[in-house]
Amino acid sequence: MTKSLLSVQSINKRFGAVQASDNFSIEVAHGELHALIGPNGAGKTTALNQLCGETMPDRGQVFFDGRRITRMPSYRRAQLGLARSYQITSVFTHLTVSQNLSLAIQAHHGHSFRFWKKAVDDPVIRRLVVPAMARVDLEARANIPAANLSHGEKRQLEVGMALAGHPKMLLLDEPYAGMGPGGAVELTKLIKRLKTEVTILLVEHDMGAVFSLADRITVLVYGQAIASGTPDEIRANPQVREAYLGDEANGCSK
Amino acid sequence: MDRLPVNRKTLSVFTGTAVLLALPTVAGAAGEPYLVSLFSRILIYALAAASLDLMLGFGGMVSLGHAAFFGIGAYTVCILSMHGFEGTPLLAWPFELGGHQSGLVLWPAAVLFSAAAAAVIGALSLRTSGMHFIMITLAFAQMLYYFFVSLEAYGGDDGISLFARNTVPGMDLTNDTQFYYLCLAALTAFLLFSYRLVHSRFGMVIRGCKENERRMKSLGFPTFRYRLVCFIIAGAGAGLAGALIANQTEYVSPGLMHWTRSGEILVMVLLGGMGTLFGPILGAAALLLLEECLSIYTEHWMVYLGPFLVLVVLFARRGIYGMIAGGNGNHD
Repeated sequence: MTKSLLSVQSINKRFGAVQASDNFSIEVAHGELHALIGPNGAGKTTALNQLCGETMPDRGQVFFDGRRITRMPSYRRAQLGLARSYQITSVFTHLTVSQNLSLAIQAHHGHSFRFWKKAVDDPVIRRLVVPAMARVDLEARANIPAANLSHGEKRQLEVGMALAGHPKMLLLDEPYAGMGPGGAVELTKLIKRLKTEVTILLVEHDMGAVFSLADRITVLVYGQAIASGTPDEIRANPQVREAYLGDEANGCSK
Repeated sequence: MDRLPVNRKTLSVFTGTAVLLALPTVAGAAGEPYLVSLFSRILIYALAAASLDLMLGFGGMVSLGHAAFFGIGAYTVCILSMHGFEGTPLLAWPFELGGHQSGLVLWPAAVLFSAAAAAVIGALSLRTSGMHFIMITLAFAQMLYYFFVSLEAYGGDDGISLFARNTVPGMDLTNDTQFYYLCLAALTAFLLFSYRLVHSRFGMVIRGCKENERRMKSLGFPTFRYRLVCFIIAGAGAGLAGALIANQTEYVSPGLMHWTRSGEILVMVLLGGMGTLFGPILGAAALLLLEECLSIYTEHWMVYLGPFLVLVVLFARRGIYGMIAGGNGNHD
């Protein structure tokens, strides 16, 4: 087995009475698209927050690219190449598309204690911003304030910002949330293209997308990873069917 | 879109500059020389407000303790020039540090001391956010206020006088007109710096932190450092304003750093237009001119100011600047 890019070893996180992560472990290999699925309230977002450093685990370890990052602040992880996109679109609505991407580029190219020269004239930003827009098909929208983009375009920009630093790994938090069918098709195309460039951990509700995109899937229930395997293995897993897929089939069983 | 807002903006900035440049001449001709010193005060407060606006309007840091840096700048000038005048050392140990009279030494010292204070206060305050940040900046400013109240050697509650305005080669600061132009130059320089700053890489980071600090961190920015530096720059700007106000009134007291003074500077920013370059000047002018006019009729002039402020905040989203220059424009 190849060495994992991201290795999460038995992390635990408790919020009051809720055990949001219960000895949660996951291994994501170089180059794969790994999906993390689970019913509502299973602790997917909490798990993701511990990977990107916005929440620190109570116990357990997180390794990324051979380094222990368990307690590292989120900005350091981002600098190491662990990028994240948010479920609730977090683009800078007051800034234009190109300014949003410029900021993301800035984060990975030198410090920003530069007070005099205009950011738009920065040679590094000038060189990289156009390809960054092209990557998520937003060149035509360069000077539009992000607030005026469609929902789908905001998601594209969101992903584009996470990609701007050429990360080794991308954490995608429910990119299909609130997306119409047209946007979903576009996004699937985009993710398929990204799959060839970067390792992805995809947290997603949309089962169709997950089973068509993922190389491997981990199923999270009550903070625990109950199964991990290829889409076919997961489909065939009785435990998963009971805990999750079955739950969805007869929706009112809760 | 029509081009009207652009023209209005250019026109209003041009008019404002012309008024400020011509003011001493006009005031002299009209036989109202006291206007020159009133407007010097306005320019100085405008500088303090502009420095607050840098962290508030662009960086999203709401501080209720900004007058602390204003006061530190003023006290630095007064204390050092008192020692300079008396020829006594300020510090005998570990090295001898004497006072001075020259503005070229005292003003950078004022800026430096305020920046240092801002570094300490900022480093502690910026670990909190929102309401806590407002309260902790307020608390630090009040601590400094009471520190200077109890500092008997430098006048305590009564404050201390400046024996004479600082000296600058080639200028006579006792001349109110020359002093006015000095204040105008200081304000212009700070605004130019602010303008460059908000469009620089640093400025983009600060503006990003205002909108979504969590996202800035996940992009890879150590946001604390950037916000701290912004806080220090704002403190330094207020320190420069403090150095000028000490020269303008030739007197400083702890009242300069009382929390109500911080509130006034905050009101100037809100009134003039938060996150705009020229708003703080308009805010400072509006507040001080209203005070000047209304206090002729009643000592309870605040009663009239209050409703005015409420109306501006309710109906002019970008303050007076937004009303004059067209509200939908960007901050530059």
